[in-house]
Amino acid sequence: MSIDISQFHQTFFEESREGLDLMESSLLQLDVGAADPETVNSIFRAAHSIKGGAGTFGFTAVSEFTHLVETLLDQMRSGERAVTREIVDLLLASVDVLRDMLQAAQEGGDVDPARVAEVQDALARALGAGQAAPATGGADSARPAMGKTYVIRFKPHADMLRTGNDPVRIFRELATLGHLCVEVDAEALPGLEALDPEAAYLGWTLRLEHCDDEAAVRAAFEWVEDECELEIAAADAAQAARPGTEGRSGRAAASTEPKAGSIRVDIGKVDAIINLVGELVITQSMLGQIGAAFEDGEHAGSELIEKLHEGLAQLERNTRELQESVMQIRMLPISFSFSRFPRLVRDLSAKLGKQVELQVFGEQTELDKTVMERIGDPLVHLVRNALDHGIEPPEVRRAAGKPETGVISLNAYHKSGNIVIEIADDGAGLDEEKILAKARHSGLVSDEAELDKAEIYKLIFEPGFSTAENVSDISGRGVGMDVVMKNIRALGGRVEVESEPGRGTTFTVRLPLTLSILDGQLVKVDGQIYVIPLVSIVESLQIERERVMKVAGRAEVYRLRDDYLPVVCLRDAFGAAGRRPELDDALMVVVEGDGRKVGLVVDDLLAQQQVVIKSLETNFRRVPGMSGATILGDGTVALILDIGELVAITGSAGPGNGSAAAGNSSEAA
Amino acid sequence: MNSVQTAVAEDLMHTESGADQYLTFILADEEYGVDILRVQEIKGWNGATPIPNTPDHIMGVINLRGTIVPIIDLRRRFGMESVEFGPMTVVIVLRVQGEERERTMGIVVDAVSEVYNVKPDEMKPPPDLGDAIETQFIQGMATVDEKMVILLNIDRLLSCGDLPSVAAAEEPAEEPA
Repeated sequence: MSIDISQFHQTFFEESREGLDLMESSLLQLDVGAADPETVNSIFRAAHSIKGGAGTFGFTAVSEFTHLVETLLDQMRSGERAVTREIVDLLLASVDVLRDMLQAAQEGGDVDPARVAEVQDALARALGAGQAAPATGGADSARPAMGKTYVIRFKPHADMLRTGNDPVRIFRELATLGHLCVEVDAEALPGLEALDPEAAYLGWTLRLEHCDDEAAVRAAFEWVEDECELEIAAADAAQAARPGTEGRSGRAAASTEPKAGSIRVDIGKVDAIINLVGELVITQSMLGQIGAAFEDGEHAGSELIEKLHEGLAQLERNTRELQESVMQIRMLPISFSFSRFPRLVRDLSAKLGKQVELQVFGEQTELDKTVMERIGDPLVHLVRNALDHGIEPPEVRRAAGKPETGVISLNAYHKSGNIVIEIADDGAGLDEEKILAKARHSGLVSDEAELDKAEIYKLIFEPGFSTAENVSDISGRGVGMDVVMKNIRALGGRVEVESEPGRGTTFTVRLPLTLSILDGQLVKVDGQIYVIPLVSIVESLQIERERVMKVAGRAEVYRLRDDYLPVVCLRDAFGAAGRRPELDDALMVVVEGDGRKVGLVVDDLLAQQQVVIKSLETNFRRVPGMSGATILGDGTVALILDIGELVAITGSAGPGNGSAAAGNSSEAA
Repeated sequence: MNSVQTAVAEDLMHTESGADQYLTFILADEEYGVDILRVQEIKGWNGATPIPNTPDHIMGVINLRGTIVPIIDLRRRFGMESVEFGPMTVVIVLRVQGEERERTMGIVVDAVSEVYNVKPDEMKPPPDLGDAIETQFIQGMATVDEKMVILLNIDRLLSCGDLPSVAAAEEPAEEPA
């Protein structure tokens, strides 16, 4: 059986994509004129691995293209070429082309050959130009080297080759001692008619990095010592003349070490583990209950039972920890999602002729991979919007007395079991009048309607709404904000807008950290256990009869301090057959959903616990008022309440729809 | 349950070419059959968590090794009189082909019966029963050992969107007046 090499393709594509992402983000970090050598080096390494991989798997076009990029980067890293804006732009374009090429190679599609040729030509031109006029400056922040660097000037005498010595062999030998850079001096090379093919005309300057064996270096030249001009110098002196190069790769190599401690795992495998651990937790709590039953039995107090209890306690601790660690696997820092924004902002601001600085905070804030994947596009939309509609052109900003460069900031942090992402700009702010006029014009709002600030801001999330005067390819077609809202709601999150004219706009997105677990309050209704998400609960209290009022004889309202809350008896809402409990002394859970508070009357409050969310839709269908189900410690299923939906149902359930509930309540009273 | 499994195993060994195998069960003294390849497992009735505001015949959901599986009471689905669940009451867990994907669902029946081989030409189309009952979920009728078996099309029986009751017209409206 031959080895099917295509099984490794997937890994190659994934790694290459990561490499390209790294190249892109690093390129954006490069300061023109004073590039950090370490950054250049990491870009180079990424390009190098892509080239290597592409070569191995026979993606010749990719490897040839990458070769040019690599050569260019190598010149940058050795300081031969200054880091200019043009070069960075060219390299960014190359990254794009490579991404397309990889995509095409993976999915069997086509790349635009003209685009590839264009960038490839530009690269070739840049390489040609670079040799003609080598840059001197570039990177000049030298760092201490690991191992020594030797600069070797080697100029063979003309007849050296005749004695059977070959410089290439010497160079190969040197390359085994460390990282070798070779520069050729072809000045002495005569024209073709005068050329003696057996004579040596060339001279070399070799830089050998991370080598700590000077004797070995000298030994490499042992046979030719008498037939050449040779100068071997440890780098200190040379370093001053050609700074930077030595330290780079050494430093960078050291700093990549810790990153190597990760492996690539298919997400399906992780989910399978999460499911299994969920099962384990259930089994564990079942055993715990059996163990507790023994305590009261005839064997109570025996040594064996003691040991059983110890074992069960240990099992419980371990399973909890196991569950937490497994959940942790799915959590990724939000930097994975934020990393695309520097490029986006850079490209867009150039296109729009605006000057924008992007500030990113809280990149290490972690959230679930699935949430991250689904929040990416909405975030892109919000950032585009901030750039297009928020930030003003430089001249307008100057006229308004603001710095010409606008600031867009992304901020992520955890707050009470949620992740909060803020997208803020210091632009013009939302124009209330314009929004209102537009909404009236398009019939979203009637002409007479009086709206407050918050209501007006909400209009921008309506389908088909856009105030942009010019429809550009960036934004302004009026599709987007409603989709943003829809996507975020689908994740169980919400968006808020704050704006101040002339000072800017802030969009605040709140999302659950994960879609697979939640902290819940277990309640009992009609003998069944339900889970109320803890985040939705404001407080739980015992009803005081005198605070309950009946509006129009049926709908009940509870006076809680200065608030009047509609009261929903879950027994009625769930159509339970049993008689509802007397409201006196009944337990009520005050919940908040969609900005409205409602009191839910339950039969009993049980424990609070973390539950694993299971879908009802996999084998059944959506159930109104329920967001899913979970499996309790005894193996039975409990439904999880969808508070937002329950609140909405009670809001819309007038005397018509909610009559079953309202009718019963009037009977009971 | 064990005897059923043994029977299944034996019959699988003696499958005649061209014949399909059906697992049959009893519901109000009648024998019904489902394609055995759709049967995932058979388990005893252990109760289910009811789902509020769903039709009567949906008993609720159970935990089947970590997945949530809905359970349908087939008697109520057919508009029959309910009976008390006894030791013979079983849940047959089936794989149902829906419009978009395969679902796992359970049906509660009075008792599991036999495994039969039925050749396609032995299966007769259901007679026209008029408006009395919908026949779309009946795949066909077969006579095995002088007994009549009603072979069910479980995809039609269990996938119909909102799972309305078969005899919905006979039942009073669900919302109390």
